[in-house]
Amino acid sequence: MTPIIEVKGLSKKYKIGEAQPYLTLRDTLAGLFTHPFQKIKEGLQKDEFWALKDINFTVEPGEVVGIIGRNGAGKSTLLKILSRITPPTSGEVILRGRVGSLLEVGTGFQQELTGRENIFLNGAILGMSQSEIKKKFNEIVDFAEIEKFINTPVKHYSSGMYMRLAFSIAAHLDPDILIVDEVLAVGDIEFQEKCIGKMDQIAKKEGKTVLFVSHNLDAIRKLCHRCIFVNQGELVFDGQVSEALDKYHNLHESIDLESEGGISKLGRRGSGTIKFTSISILNSQGKKSNFFNLNDKIRFKIKYSILNTVQGLNLIIYFYSTKAEKVVLSEIRQEINPDKIKKGSKGEFIIDVSLTNILPGEYNLQFWLGDRAALKQNHPIHYDYIDKLYRPIMIHDPENTDLGSGIILFPAKIIKNNKDK
Amino acid sequence: MTVTVIRPRSPWYLLNFHELWEFRELLYIFSWRDIKVRYKQTILGILWVLLQPLLSMVIFTVFFGNFAQIPSDGLPYPVFVLLGLVFWGYFSGALSRASTAFIDNEGLVKKVYFPREILPFSTVVTALADFFVSLVLFFIVAVAFHVPFNIAFFGMILLALIITTLTSAGVGLLVASINIKYRDVRYIIPYFLQLMIFVTPVIYPLSIVRPSFQFILALNPMAGVINSLRSVLISGSIMDPIHLFVSFVAAVILFISGILYFRRTERFFADIL
Repeated sequence: MTPIIEVKGLSKKYKIGEAQPYLTLRDTLAGLFTHPFQKIKEGLQKDEFWALKDINFTVEPGEVVGIIGRNGAGKSTLLKILSRITPPTSGEVILRGRVGSLLEVGTGFQQELTGRENIFLNGAILGMSQSEIKKKFNEIVDFAEIEKFINTPVKHYSSGMYMRLAFSIAAHLDPDILIVDEVLAVGDIEFQEKCIGKMDQIAKKEGKTVLFVSHNLDAIRKLCHRCIFVNQGELVFDGQVSEALDKYHNLHESIDLESEGGISKLGRRGSGTIKFTSISILNSQGKKSNFFNLNDKIRFKIKYSILNTVQGLNLIIYFYSTKAEKVVLSEIRQEINPDKIKKGSKGEFIIDVSLTNILPGEYNLQFWLGDRAALKQNHPIHYDYIDKLYRPIMIHDPENTDLGSGIILFPAKIIKNNKDK
Repeated sequence: MTVTVIRPRSPWYLLNFHELWEFRELLYIFSWRDIKVRYKQTILGILWVLLQPLLSMVIFTVFFGNFAQIPSDGLPYPVFVLLGLVFWGYFSGALSRASTAFIDNEGLVKKVYFPREILPFSTVVTALADFFVSLVLFFIVAVAFHVPFNIAFFGMILLALIITTLTSAGVGLLVASINIKYRDVRYIIPYFLQLMIFVTPVIYPLSIVRPSFQFILALNPMAGVINSLRSVLISGSIMDPIHLFVSFVAAVILFISGILYFRRTERFFADIL
């Protein structure tokens, strides 16, 4: 049988910083006057890197293929190329059939328009013809459970209704190849299960080909026949789902900041009066790691140097869930004896954190050095601020009980159980 | 069965008409969305489209027609100026909306595939809808001032529409593409359009301009368009066919350069936005 998807030698090069920042005309003109003989080049002339490197695979019709990998591994770039949003630098992809790609739920929804109007608008954006949408209109509304609000502008919808409608439109697209990226990262558990059910139906009953990226490994296990594991832009494994997931779990690769060029190359903000000089993240055996089990201890070793005498010093470490954007999970404040904050001195924090009340998943870390007293006066002083380390840390639940989405675990005990009554 | 082949993109083609035809419904849906959203929260609604040229006509007639006594080639000044305003309004409306078409739809450009040129083109279609409403207004005013029409005038309207559409689509696509990288262009366009109305014979006839200057003005496609429309309305024939031809060629060149620049930068849209 001819494969429905053929990916041959696919590579994509990006400049560091991934997205090129936009400029103002003024900057370019100013550059023209200060360096009149220098040719204006596309973006900044920094190092380039391969977001994807020589990716090869084929997919047969009816296969459901999961794609896993850490954030920044190249999964989304791969889907963006397959969806023709960004072109590859080299290589070729052949898609034999109609492609429906769903990189985000609800792209192009117009707040002012009603549910009905948005079904037609969004359907057209996703590639459905108006007559097709008319035919499937009732099915879409039924699946989304929004009959009553069909003539209400979507800006008045609850987020649940909004998501249901958006997914419902996409699910009725009826493509030969369905490309789905991380759609299940949003919405409640009930919604997620409904989505998985629908995708399962599309794959199994209708025999469609599905490419599915998710951090929800449980969903991958339920849906997929085959799994592709991408790491640092390269295809590491392609085959059995269980084997791919094992490889993913066993990726005990540490956050080795030295090999990444240390923290000096990270985007930093702040006055620089006090600076981080090194950050190490260690597991309970004292080894560098970014992979932890639930209830493990995580140890931070943070060194800093003081360039100028200051009034006070505090350290805050934030955990940001990669699923829900910008949710502050935990804040570790550490005060330092003011006598020690003298010009030219150096210091080190060693902090242990137990990962007990946190749900498994990927977390990005932020580090802040500043003056908390000043923070109280609504006039925060930032000394040094690291937005994001190169890689998130992974917290894994060895018992593998899927607790669904969320970020916090509350300790609870049963006071009364009426079962015996 | 549709087979899609994805390869590194070549910037050296103009328009894929086959693909544009496949996506024609999306073009229509985008302009439908823009029209719908625009009137959802206005009290005046569609009246606003009529009020804009009508008010400008009254103000210009009072100040330029009556006080400044600007000649109007034998047409009543309100009819004279309104004809210019209707076409100028189409051009400036289409261009100013097209210029932000990509950045206004950032989410779409980054997450969904469709021929990108559809976005600025659809704003031209939206402006075209406004244009037809204001054209009706023009005919009402012209009838009220007892200005007779000839058949050639309707033909000229069609030709004028083609030139105006080519110009605004081409320049719109160019500016929309530049806008992705240089965001300050968005602030330049309204100012540029404000100035342009004075280098276009909207409130004055081309005949009061020195002949050597007239030729330079014709490089602005809207100058040739508005001048020829008036001459056909007055005499039934184009008085300066060479001017119109220059304007037409300028429009085609602007259109092609807009597309060429767009093609060269399109590949990076999703990465820059």
